[in-house]
Amino acid sequence: MAQTLFEKVWEQHVVHSAEGEPDLLYVDLHLVHEVTSPQAFDGLRLAGRTVRRPDLTVATMDHNVPTAPGPADPVSVRQMEALARNCAEFGIRLFQTGDIAQGIVHVIGPQMGLTQPGMLIVCGDSHTSTHGAFGALAFGIGTSEVEHVLATQTLPQEEPRTMAVTVEGDLPSGVSAKDVILGIIARIGTNGGAGHVVEYRGSAIRSLSMEGRMTVCNMSIEAGARAGMVAPDDTTFAYLEERPHAPTGADRERALDHWRSLATDPGATFDREVEIDAAELSPCVSWGTNPGQTAALDGVVPESADEAAERALAYMGLEAGTPIREIRPDTIFIGSCTNGRLEDLREAAAVLRGRRVREGLRALAVPGSMRIKAAAESEGLDEVFRAAGFEWRDAGCSMCLGMNPDRLAPGERCASTSNRNFEGRQGKGGRTHLVSPAVAAATAVAGHFCTPADLEGVR
Amino acid sequence: MRPFTTHTGTAVPLDRSDVDTDQILPAEHLKRVERTGFGPFLFESWREDPDFVLNKKEHLGATILLAGPNFGSGSSREHAVWALEDHGFRAILAPSFADIFRNNCMKAGLLPVRLPSETMRTLMDAVLEDPATPITVDLASRAVSAPGVEAAFEIDDFTRWRFLEGLDDIGLTLRHAEAIDVHEAARPSWLPIV
Repeated sequence: MAQTLFEKVWEQHVVHSAEGEPDLLYVDLHLVHEVTSPQAFDGLRLAGRTVRRPDLTVATMDHNVPTAPGPADPVSVRQMEALARNCAEFGIRLFQTGDIAQGIVHVIGPQMGLTQPGMLIVCGDSHTSTHGAFGALAFGIGTSEVEHVLATQTLPQEEPRTMAVTVEGDLPSGVSAKDVILGIIARIGTNGGAGHVVEYRGSAIRSLSMEGRMTVCNMSIEAGARAGMVAPDDTTFAYLEERPHAPTGADRERALDHWRSLATDPGATFDREVEIDAAELSPCVSWGTNPGQTAALDGVVPESADEAAERALAYMGLEAGTPIREIRPDTIFIGSCTNGRLEDLREAAAVLRGRRVREGLRALAVPGSMRIKAAAESEGLDEVFRAAGFEWRDAGCSMCLGMNPDRLAPGERCASTSNRNFEGRQGKGGRTHLVSPAVAAATAVAGHFCTPADLEGVR
Repeated sequence: MRPFTTHTGTAVPLDRSDVDTDQILPAEHLKRVERTGFGPFLFESWREDPDFVLNKKEHLGATILLAGPNFGSGSSREHAVWALEDHGFRAILAPSFADIFRNNCMKAGLLPVRLPSETMRTLMDAVLEDPATPITVDLASRAVSAPGVEAAFEIDDFTRWRFLEGLDDIGLTLRHAEAIDVHEAARPSWLPIV
């Protein structure tokens, strides 16, 4: 029977299946970080259990780490020390601060070649959906589930439904992967993917780089989806070539045969299908307090349709009808597991070269991993950011969430390449506008939301 | 986990949609390495407003949360569930839940109950009218009752059984240890090891 990409990967990981029970799935890679793991390790100790496959488990520190010189707060230190102790006790490889391999958990997995097509990957973090860009089934889990995977290398899960989001056509100039996913969420809603695994399809998706596909899959959870996936193709295989953990020689040939067999079969059906014309997408900016509340950069803050929108406008300090271009942020944040990869930094730097950040603005560039930082520096991108007036930081989750020293003050407005514009997400009272790296960079220069094209002639 | 059979209590009416886990428990409080003690930080930002529903003295001691659609969206933090439990909630009634949040509730023993929007509206209005309205969640018979309300809810047999017995998932999974060994032995050689 014709199957979807998701159905194939799911079926290949079922360890046990019984009527009326969730399927038991085998986990190929378990990513661990400091925030959602301490109570899981405690649970193992209490029950006298061990980690079944430490060799399929990798840990890093990202949420809490300061990205500028200076100490972390004592509570953060306690959490990072707990992870170091737990990894030592249970024999798990840990990339801690100071290690060149340290970085945001969803950035380092793909970078090292640990993320491969057809794998089942979990992590105690909702943005685990990022890894679906490779045709892996990857989703976020809670701490009880982290403990379950540590102990058994498996996870009982109800089989989600399937959904196809097809974006057909050529993306208009200036429309990035971030605009694609924000456009999708604005159309299907923050609950639009609930209970489903989304497969992103169509020529516009195929045309994206691996970095772009990761940006799209990363934000699947913001549409409520369990996971997002893109079928592996030559772009995927080229990205994986010569990554440290990717297969080589005869193994690569066998792996390629398998990877090529994963794409959705002709004639396979989805429980739900959404089609979007690429030509209708445009650079966009979120105006509210969930990622579905997004408008075209060319547009205006919309009239509030309901009480939730009204509350969002009040929190954001915005009035309906205000042109998006007239909104002036105080802070620019380029980074996160959504847009902290080398390609993102290149895009932003291309806009910033020879230009200056508008006076009075605070601007941060935070690479997603220390290796990305090193790679960016070898291209001289750090010089471009610094010369423009950006702070050039070490790797971490940084201002994506208020768990480390990088945060917004109450009322502060931020153009952010991260993934969530929830109330207080970047610091209590902070106001977040989600944008692409190119828009963030152009906005830094102009002092109000704009695209790189708006900057013609602006220094 | 603590078994759940039937529970009667008063409720807090949180009449908002899309309440995300950053609101339930802000990220700065995720730094504890213990599983307890999150209750004081539940809905922290909103609780700065003395009129916020959780601050009202008539809702003190409530054990059931009435919520709007898509409750628990966003981050996978199970800490949000722990904070709700730590505050004293035993069940959450809503028209719909975000997937990961609902999963986390079921692991931690906080019962998520999906009810039709109209039923939720009736319950919400009843509690807004009279905060002392008692609500009973009976898992054995899969029903929610309150004065003037009798509503059945759906929950699959397996999940219901786990809640009724208070069963630990790891123990259940280890019944299939042999199947795990078999699957593991057949995994392709190219798959990465760390």
